[in-house]
Amino acid sequence: MELLAIFISAILINNFVLHYFLGICPFLGVSKKIDSAVSMGLAVTFVMTITAIVSWIINHWILLPFNLEYLQIVSFILIIASLVQLVEMFIRKSSPPLYQALGIYLPLITTNCAIMGLALLAALKNYNFVETVIFGVGSGVGFTLAIVLMAGIREQLDLADVPEPLKGAGIALIVAGIMALGFFGFSGMIK
Amino acid sequence: MASKPLSQEFTKGLWGENPIFRQLLGMCPTLAVTNAVINGIAMSLATSFVLIFSSLVVASIKKLIPSQVRIASYIVVIASFVTMADRFLAAFFPPISKNLGPYIPLIVVNCIILGRQEAFSSKNSVGRSLIDAFGMSLGFTLALLVLSSIREILGTGTWLGHQVLGSWFEPWIIMILPPGAFLTLGILLGIIILIDQKLQRSK
Repeated sequence: MELLAIFISAILINNFVLHYFLGICPFLGVSKKIDSAVSMGLAVTFVMTITAIVSWIINHWILLPFNLEYLQIVSFILIIASLVQLVEMFIRKSSPPLYQALGIYLPLITTNCAIMGLALLAALKNYNFVETVIFGVGSGVGFTLAIVLMAGIREQLDLADVPEPLKGAGIALIVAGIMALGFFGFSGMIK
Repeated sequence: MASKPLSQEFTKGLWGENPIFRQLLGMCPTLAVTNAVINGIAMSLATSFVLIFSSLVVASIKKLIPSQVRIASYIVVIASFVTMADRFLAAFFPPISKNLGPYIPLIVVNCIILGRQEAFSSKNSVGRSLIDAFGMSLGFTLALLVLSSIREILGTGTWLGHQVLGSWFEPWIIMILPPGAFLTLGILLGIIILIDQKLQRSK
């Protein structure tokens, strides 16, 4: 039950994009078409899950036992950068179609603050191993949900009559605001 | 690029290439911490510190870094300064550090900082990079200040904790919640483009 609560709250209530404001750059940059939004979402979910696992292991087996918490920031960012590199090489060898589909989005994930935020938040919340993994998957699904919804709205928005100065980023942010407002409706679901 | 006068190198960060309003970089901390002016100020000071010192270091050692590993090297430099800022805030200003939570460590992945290193400090002299970093920091501070002022005044009727609107004012709670951040920034972007168009037309 506890795990289900973490999962659902990571997707709907504490959505990474709409509640923590993490991963805004890809959220605004890659949300023009549904196809690319889906690929980006999948890539992020994938990396998030692996990051959650590896950062937990490093944090609990190396940093905490040796009182090296102050190295958290440096080590997390290095873990993420090298993980993304490894994942990229692995996918290129093992599944060329997936590699094609993810394309340029994979390397971009290194600078996605959602990944770094996940590692930091999981450490901050003191989750155990299973909780961290669930939190990672849930956050990834939440990110995918938000970016795909956004892409769907923006495809329609192309046809709409938007005031000239608001075109592009302006209207995208306002739409995101209204979406965040909608997601507030979920906040009563879990105490 | 190198022929630009130094003053222009400084002022471009304020308006023409303002990191937030123009380049749309570093949106995450911008949106997340601007629910109160004090948080906005703390965030911009921390970010400015990291940006200025990272630019200084990167510009001084740029000849030593092989270009294949430059991004990784920049990240390590940035991460070291972020750790300093994070520890400093935690030691001297615990309440602010608690308010900002994971967003101080997240300065590491603030695209403004890495972006300036890659686009500017790695190609320009130390002095010029410092001026550029100061300009960008000031632009970032300005943007955060505007955003957090609007949100705090409308959201709670206060500015930096002082009551500015009378008791007749019913606070718009929504402004200090996440949706308010998106809406305020979206509308601000529109206003800035509008002003720019007016300026260009009058030229």
